[in-house]
Amino acid sequence: MNRVPDTLVDARGLRCPLPVIRLAAAAKGLPAGTELTVLSTDPAARHDVPAWCRMRGHVHVATREHSDDWTGWSVTVRLA
Amino acid sequence: MSHATPGTPDRVHLDNGGRAPWHPLARQAFEQALADGWADPRRLHAEGRRAARLLDGAREAIAEVLGARTQEVHLTPSHTASLHAAVASVSAARRRAGGTVVASAVERAAVLQAAGPAGELVTVPVDRAGRVDTDAMVAAVRAPGVALAALQHANGEVGTLQPVESVHDAARAAGVPLLVDAGASVGHVAAPQSWDVLAADPADWGGPAGVGVLAVRQRVRTAAVGPEDEDPWAPGGVSVPLAFAAAVALQAVESDRAAQEARRRALVDRLRAEVARIPDVEVVGDPEGRLPHVATFSFLYVDGEALVTELDRHGFAVGSGSACTASTLEPSHVLAAMGVLTHGNVRIALDRTTTADEVDRFTAVLPAAVARVRDMLGVGGL
Repeated sequence: MNRVPDTLVDARGLRCPLPVIRLAAAAKGLPAGTELTVLSTDPAARHDVPAWCRMRGHVHVATREHSDDWTGWSVTVRLA
Repeated sequence: MSHATPGTPDRVHLDNGGRAPWHPLARQAFEQALADGWADPRRLHAEGRRAARLLDGAREAIAEVLGARTQEVHLTPSHTASLHAAVASVSAARRRAGGTVVASAVERAAVLQAAGPAGELVTVPVDRAGRVDTDAMVAAVRAPGVALAALQHANGEVGTLQPVESVHDAARAAGVPLLVDAGASVGHVAAPQSWDVLAADPADWGGPAGVGVLAVRQRVRTAAVGPEDEDPWAPGGVSVPLAFAAAVALQAVESDRAAQEARRRALVDRLRAEVARIPDVEVVGDPEGRLPHVATFSFLYVDGEALVTELDRHGFAVGSGSACTASTLEPSHVLAAMGVLTHGNVRIALDRTTTADEVDRFTAVLPAAVARVRDMLGVGGL
């Protein structure tokens, strides 16, 4: 079975709550099982994306911290 | 009753955590102490001795409320200073036992910041309601090399009460002193009894800012940290008028504490229920095991700063734990540790003067304020 391709939401430079809003907007209408990854420089996003998952019934897959070419977090979710 | 400055329309101040308006008796006591206690209490003349008597009276009154001996009660420059000094000084005295400071993940920033330089900080996680995992904290204090443990009586941001008694029992058995930050609870609920060092905050109970209270049980060893001073807990001395006002305020709020507790608990119950009806909100903290007067909630897709400003426009002053409202641009470490939504956060602490009508007016205004702030970002349908 083909894995549904990852959708990338680049919310770097945006401050809360915009990263979560951008993610929610990108997720709208996408089928269950879709994985999305949001890139954020905002420190709140690494807490609020998992909270959004919990409030919407989606799955928080992983969070990765970036400190090399850019500083921030990439958070991956899978839609329910 | 609101705290309107003459000439301004009636505002409702709901951000009383850590900075409540002065109790009227505190104001009166302060003025009296300015007249009688302006001199330096450390000096030998009649004026100095008079000031010293006021200061001792203040310590005695505070000690009685805290269940401590007068000699165990110290006045400090602020609650933050109390916590910094307590962590540094107890850890230093315990250096031979080890260098680890065990603290709940939701301790005040002042405790967590002070623990770093004092040794190695080990934080113990909390559950979704903000309560520390008792078993994990007990295990942590029993580990070798622990100099000090810190567990707040209740969390000031979310209100959740902590299992201080159980943790103190374990700490005591392990020979580890327990610092209890009661800066959000003294004056609102009965003072805790299970502690080795206790910090309380006059500005939180309707006393003045600019003075803190630190109680250190006689059995606790402390070491002087930093430059030497006659009063290691308050370098340069304590303001007698502030100390006196703090003590009088504490006695005043203790006299009807039970009634205020019941009244405000019911108001917050109602507030929590009303707020829960707004779409996409997370009402945070333990609904039962909490401070009577504190409530906090986070609205999805809401800019916290915009909401605080919108409510301010409507005449309601509220606090927030959102990143955008903090000077550090970091979200509240308490909300983060709990795994709850940090953006769109509103923090409420009812004063003893806050009326039911004022709470009703706030809940009437809140849904439209949230909707307006959501509309500004165009989040309909998400």
